[in-house]
Amino acid sequence: MRRTLAALAVGLVATSAAAQELKVGFVYVGPIGDFGWTYQHDQGRLAVEQAFGDRVETTYVESVPEGADAERVIRQLAASGHGLIFTTSFGYMDATAKIAEQFPDVKFEHATGYKTAANLAIYNARFYEGRAVIGTIAGRMTRTNRIGYIASFPIPEVIMGVNAATLAAQKVNPDVEMTVTWVNSWYDPGREADAAKALIAQGIDVIMQHTDSPAPVQAAAEAGALAFGQASDMRRFGPEAHMTAIIDDWAPYYVKRVGQVLDGTWESTNSWAGFAEGEVVMAPYWNMPYEVAVEAADLERAIRLGRTHPFEGPVVDRDGAVQVPEGETASDAHLLSMGYFVQGVVGDLPK
Amino acid sequence: MIALEARPEASRALALASPALAIVLTLLASAALIAALGRDPLSALHVYFVSPFLDGYSRAEILVKATPLALMGAGLAISFRANVWNIGAAGQYTLGALAAGAVALAAPEARSALWLAPYLAAGVAGGMLWAAAPALLRTRFGANEILVSLMLTYVAGLLLDWLVRGPWRSPLSFGFPQSRDFAEAFVLPVILDGTRLHVGAPAALLIAAALALLMARTLRGFSVRVIGASPRAGAFAGFGESGTVWFALLLSGGLAGLAGAIEVGAVIGKIQPDIGASAGFTAIIVAFLGRLNPLGAVLGALVLAVSVIGGENAQILLKLPKNVTGVFQGMLLFFLLACDVLIRWRVVWRRKGAA
Repeated sequence: MRRTLAALAVGLVATSAAAQELKVGFVYVGPIGDFGWTYQHDQGRLAVEQAFGDRVETTYVESVPEGADAERVIRQLAASGHGLIFTTSFGYMDATAKIAEQFPDVKFEHATGYKTAANLAIYNARFYEGRAVIGTIAGRMTRTNRIGYIASFPIPEVIMGVNAATLAAQKVNPDVEMTVTWVNSWYDPGREADAAKALIAQGIDVIMQHTDSPAPVQAAAEAGALAFGQASDMRRFGPEAHMTAIIDDWAPYYVKRVGQVLDGTWESTNSWAGFAEGEVVMAPYWNMPYEVAVEAADLERAIRLGRTHPFEGPVVDRDGAVQVPEGETASDAHLLSMGYFVQGVVGDLPK
Repeated sequence: MIALEARPEASRALALASPALAIVLTLLASAALIAALGRDPLSALHVYFVSPFLDGYSRAEILVKATPLALMGAGLAISFRANVWNIGAAGQYTLGALAAGAVALAAPEARSALWLAPYLAAGVAGGMLWAAAPALLRTRFGANEILVSLMLTYVAGLLLDWLVRGPWRSPLSFGFPQSRDFAEAFVLPVILDGTRLHVGAPAALLIAAALALLMARTLRGFSVRVIGASPRAGAFAGFGESGTVWFALLLSGGLAGLAGAIEVGAVIGKIQPDIGASAGFTAIIVAFLGRLNPLGAVLGALVLAVSVIGGENAQILLKLPKNVTGVFQGMLLFFLLACDVLIRWRVVWRRKGAA
């Protein structure tokens, strides 16, 4: 028995040391089958495998809590020969920074955070660009002039999405009102569905969400309302309700960064890419008149080409203060610290 | 055919052997599962149960992971023994972390290690406070403590969310939900360089040993056992049931609060949305795995810690899905409860029709 185990141990070491040019590790906050945030990161991982074949080996660890466990998992990846490690949730920031300091030869990439180092890059995507597109569609499609927004947490990332959608909806429909409800979770199908039903019961007929499960799309389909998918194309969960989805496509970024490590040109950067780089993608348009789909596609193209920006002034908050003056566009710093709702948003903004 | 027959007396040998039998059955079932996934079961079991012991850092991590589980499991063991079903250790853990966090955040300049005393005391008090609610409602109004303690877990989670996104949010966090880092004084000392092993680990062992002594050697321990086994017999012996309910809930709640304070101080260093409170639910398995004995809970905590770290290694080294770890933990509890049947019953063969 002892001998078998020893042989096994040797075997394991041998396999993990097999000549791979680069081992790439991914740390996920949810299960890869969430059909949202983590699923899309895993699609990016699979794209890396497809693009580089035998030159890379990828590993993922899923449903890693953002508490004490993250540090151990990241360290185990670094210690087991991974040369590039993506940690894909905000809560991994401090653990990633700490392990990056202990493993200077390993390269780290942390999604949605702000701490950097020579071997620690950060990346995020401009999802608010997609919010502007679905805001336009919602403004056109609502018959009650009331849109519902299922929001997770009152952080700048979410607040800028609410505001981008509201501003875009108001451009095509000045009477529109955006009702925000907080579910205090990124992924809780039960609460998300309840929130959708409650919004629809108030007379809201278009639902958008900044939570990761397809439950709101399903609830909207059952109630005869319209909805948008989040993170991935969620049409199959409510084909008669799903109009489009804001897809997170991490594949271009992951393939680019892995390629840079392989050819030795990787540097620590701060990446915030959107439509132009193909990291934010609109799913096919359904359940809307042709003209609305064309208008949505036109806005998508205009944002991609830099001809317009979802936060062009004047942007006025609910207290009447001008946050972005006429003729100016909100800076990235302004967006990343956004803590106000624009006029037309109904609902609490917890401070 | 196979039948179960009541034993004249509960088997002491099987009471001790049942967890070991359950672990063996879990191993066999896991091996079958892994084989069904098309993997080599031996190498998988090696990664699960041997690889966490192969390097010093991982060995220390087993103890780090086991510390809050052992503290909570030991408290729950006594509570369950008293027939008081505290299912809300996760909430008491959260309140302990918050109460201790309030001390730490109120003293951002603290240097002296003496600050750890009020910090840990606040943690215990926070956990006790949260457990006092189900104790009061049960003793005064007969409310079911399972429901009350469980529901308060969600209240605690919302309180944590509100604090960390509101009043306690660090001005340096760009709007992200986390408090300021605790001052150095509140970070529990590491006892093994290069690892995260902190003084909480030996402290948990000492506390569990003290509790085992309390259960075996003191009148209080005896009354808990009597009331748990038969409230009527306890009443005849003059032991008050409501006193036992209060004792069981305050003890298990205080220990959960202490676990929260230790975990946040030792390995997280601030208050954030995820402080690992779900360990409060895992601790229920730990208590049962440990035969509702405080020292047994320490062993149970170690088994679960190994399975968690082994599960991570299995994902990293073998690319086995995380769900395998969840199935493993579920099977362990299932087999444990199934094997416990053998303590009071024995399996016999009967000819058809003979019965």
